[in-house]
Amino acid sequence: MADLNFADQDFEEQVLKSEMPVVVDFWAPWCAPCRIVSPIIEELAKEYEGKVKVGKLNVDDSPQTAGKYGVMSIPSILFFKNGQPVKTMIGAQSKENYKKVIEETLG
Amino acid sequence: MIYDVIIIGSGPAGLTAAIYTTRANLKTLLIAGGKWGGQLMLTTTVDNYPGFPEGIQGPDLMMAMRKQAERFGTEFVDEDFEEGDFGKEPFKIKAGEKTFEGKSVIIATGADTKWLDVPGEKEKIGKGVSSCAPCDAFFFKNKKTIVVGGGDSAMEEAIVLANFADSVTVVHRREELRASAIMQKIAMESPKIKFLFNTEVTKILGDEKVTGIELKHNKTGEVSKMDLDGVFVAIGHTPNTGRFRGIELDEKGYIKVHDHTRTNIDGVFVAGDVHDSHYRQAVTAAGFGCMAALESETWLRKTTD
Repeated sequence: MADLNFADQDFEEQVLKSEMPVVVDFWAPWCAPCRIVSPIIEELAKEYEGKVKVGKLNVDDSPQTAGKYGVMSIPSILFFKNGQPVKTMIGAQSKENYKKVIEETLG
Repeated sequence: MIYDVIIIGSGPAGLTAAIYTTRANLKTLLIAGGKWGGQLMLTTTVDNYPGFPEGIQGPDLMMAMRKQAERFGTEFVDEDFEEGDFGKEPFKIKAGEKTFEGKSVIIATGADTKWLDVPGEKEKIGKGVSSCAPCDAFFFKNKKTIVVGGGDSAMEEAIVLANFADSVTVVHRREELRASAIMQKIAMESPKIKFLFNTEVTKILGDEKVTGIELKHNKTGEVSKMDLDGVFVAIGHTPNTGRFRGIELDEKGYIKVHDHTRTNIDGVFVAGDVHDSHYRQAVTAAGFGCMAALESETWLRKTTD
């Protein structure tokens, strides 16, 4: 399941009620830096399969969720654990940086 | 393992240098940083980089340059540069937790957004304070915003924002803009963009996110408040030179350059916005990267002969 998309409608079910930690990439098609993050997110989804849920949320299609978590800059990567956002990373960053935070979230 | 060249920085200067050094068969390591790609990652269409008649998105251009550097065998470390020991050769470069050794070094760390440095700013970056209208303008649909600055980048921010925001006020501390004639014209023709001259932002208000600002007229001293949602900062850039102990800087804080590409230390070269406060273009940075690569190649030949 390499390409997991979240939306306003299923955010609670998929993210907030998830037993695994969840990484959500807030993105939009018009955001050029987001295009650099997308392939990294897909790689992370594969690498952490079964341990961490990794997916994307299109802020154009799901403005409510973006608004709820105060996302005012994309790409923003939010890390959720037990239904709570535990960390936010703003701006396109390296895979290493994302992995570090995933490991922290797991640990 | 000792690299022939360690390049610090992954903007146009660093990546161009890497393309040249790898094609010259020099073992090359590039310290790209956690947020790689430099200032172009925060832009939209780049219309003045030759070879792209229809323009190209800044991040797409950087991705293409990175792929080109990878194709010739550049090794990348996606960690931030921490410190360098330039006391003796091989030079030691620390990035993240690791230390790498290089016979020569090219410093291409560029420059970052200069923030206003006023109360309330730092903690609200990404919460209404931004330096990247192309990334963030969407979140200010039908909202009130300001752009601080008077140069080309301030005009670009304002023009992009005007597509989304309800109002955009350009706040500039001088009496007139520094921006090029064409950018001024586009900005001034927009019905949504207004201008406030001789005015400085002294404070950014709001707890969780930006709710307003405090302004001071620098001629009359009059203080006023404005309710708004977004503050876009475009007052220039600061060179990333803070971590280079032993490398000589000029009076403005840029790396002091000798003979186009050399620093005060033999074998340590410099390229791009980290030493160039004058041109600051993607294409000039790329040009400087090429020059530094060619000079490091010559220098390596001389010292190993």
